[in-house]
Amino acid sequence: MSVLVYISTQDGKATKASLEVASFAKNMNSGDVIALVSGDISGDANLGSVGVAKVLHYSDTVTDNSQLSKLTQAAASATGASVIVFSGNNEGKAIAPRVAIAMSAGYVSGVTSLPEGKTFTRNVFSGKATAAINVNSDVSVISISPNSFGIKSEGEEAAVESFSAELGPQGVVLNGFTPTSNNGSVPLPEAVRVVSAGRGLKGPENWGIVEDLANVLGATTACSRPVGDMGWRPHHEHVGQTGITIRPDLYIACGISGAIQHLAGVNQSKVIVVINTDPEAPFFKAADYGIIGDVFEVLPKLTEAIKAL
Amino acid sequence: MKLLVCISKAPDTTSRIAFTDGNTRFDESGVQFIVNPYDEWYALVRAIELVEANGGSVTTITVGDASCDPIIRKALAIGATDAVRIDAIPTDSVHVAKLISDYVKDKSYDIIFAGKETIDHNSSAVPAMIAECMGLPYVAFATSIEVEGSSATLNCETTGGINNVTVNGAFVLSATKGMAEQRIPNMRGIMSARTKPLTVVEASNMTASTEVNAFKLPPASGDCVMVDSDNVAELVRLLREEAKII
Repeated sequence: MSVLVYISTQDGKATKASLEVASFAKNMNSGDVIALVSGDISGDANLGSVGVAKVLHYSDTVTDNSQLSKLTQAAASATGASVIVFSGNNEGKAIAPRVAIAMSAGYVSGVTSLPEGKTFTRNVFSGKATAAINVNSDVSVISISPNSFGIKSEGEEAAVESFSAELGPQGVVLNGFTPTSNNGSVPLPEAVRVVSAGRGLKGPENWGIVEDLANVLGATTACSRPVGDMGWRPHHEHVGQTGITIRPDLYIACGISGAIQHLAGVNQSKVIVVINTDPEAPFFKAADYGIIGDVFEVLPKLTEAIKAL
Repeated sequence: MKLLVCISKAPDTTSRIAFTDGNTRFDESGVQFIVNPYDEWYALVRAIELVEANGGSVTTITVGDASCDPIIRKALAIGATDAVRIDAIPTDSVHVAKLISDYVKDKSYDIIFAGKETIDHNSSAVPAMIAECMGLPYVAFATSIEVEGSSATLNCETTGGINNVTVNGAFVLSATKGMAEQRIPNMRGIMSARTKPLTVVEASNMTASTEVNAFKLPPASGDCVMVDSDNVAELVRLLREEAKII
């Protein structure tokens, strides 16, 4: 028995999301964890440190999800894996369903905790409920909701073997990539801490206090939909129903009232702090900690207090 | 241009979420259903814009029973040319993708659109699965599309940035924010939607690869602990000692 994990790398090392996938797979206790890596790799891409037994390395860089699906199928067949695990990021969500169809396997998207047998738990209804899903097929394909499991260190250097497969034609050609994450901060879907602000900030020129707090916390900044729509902040910072869904450990909402569409994107956060002048703001009902007050006064004080730790 | 848009019925965002049949089924009683917003605002509207600019047709396709007809009429009112409904209760994403692919495979659509996910199951799986079933390229999380002849150039969201990609020939895409703006159907659209063709197709039987064991509502969240705005240090202490988060 083995579990195959699909790994993305950056500068030859497994990304944070991918280390989480491998760590999850190891903790499933369903046999050896075999990692599939394509493109650049440095050493074992740090995969041994999270319990991967063996790395299969395809040397060319592949970007088309049809080809990546074929590569994954070939690796799954070669290793006889009974479970194939992807990150539930945009890349994983584009490849994993293809693999499931090609292998006649059941697919569970956005898994949030370790399975019981072949029953996997995931969030549904935009975080308003969970569903336990039974997989009936021999092989299960799953994707893991980012930042739901974390990374547990265990293990030594993993063996790296070169691997090749017939990938078929390239369907989608990548012309270029434009990064959107600000000054190298963690992308929102993977962020452990997020500081988010809304119309209560009154204008884009006031975002300095939000960024200062984010900096001392090592957090990623986000915003509400009106702020993105008005062009105060870039669209890729918009969290909510129609924006990005996040599940950080800590979400600090500044001057956001907490409309249900906003909550749908952030209600899986482990701890929510709300700062708002309006005591009736619906967000307080969903919050763990609240301060009724002016963000222009509270945020600088909070930044100083955290700096003093 | 011959375009297909996958349209799903979804509970309105403000719906009360409850379950029935031993917590294995969503309780639809009293729930207002809408066109899944990603399917409507981004996929459907952009497909209609492309046909308005280049000529052709936009067909919507839905897997579901007759309770889907009102939301299909809404899509027709917004501007779709005609509609197909595959008459089956969808069980999971594999089921939906296979039914759609089986129906579509000999109909040579140029582009198959879907929203990036539905707001009930949030799987982001059906469009990728249709692409695999039909052996077509797939562009996920597209924020824009421009078409020239048989070639399309798209921007799409990926981890930490935007990919710019090109695809030649037929393909499948999932649409997200940025693709188009929401359109409100006008009276003429609503009137004409009543007589636009809605074809109902029988579904073939298939074995489910997954099934819902049980739905569960999250435990009620505890009360919000209020901290005085003059005592920010207390919030920091709570985050450190109680929540153990910083």
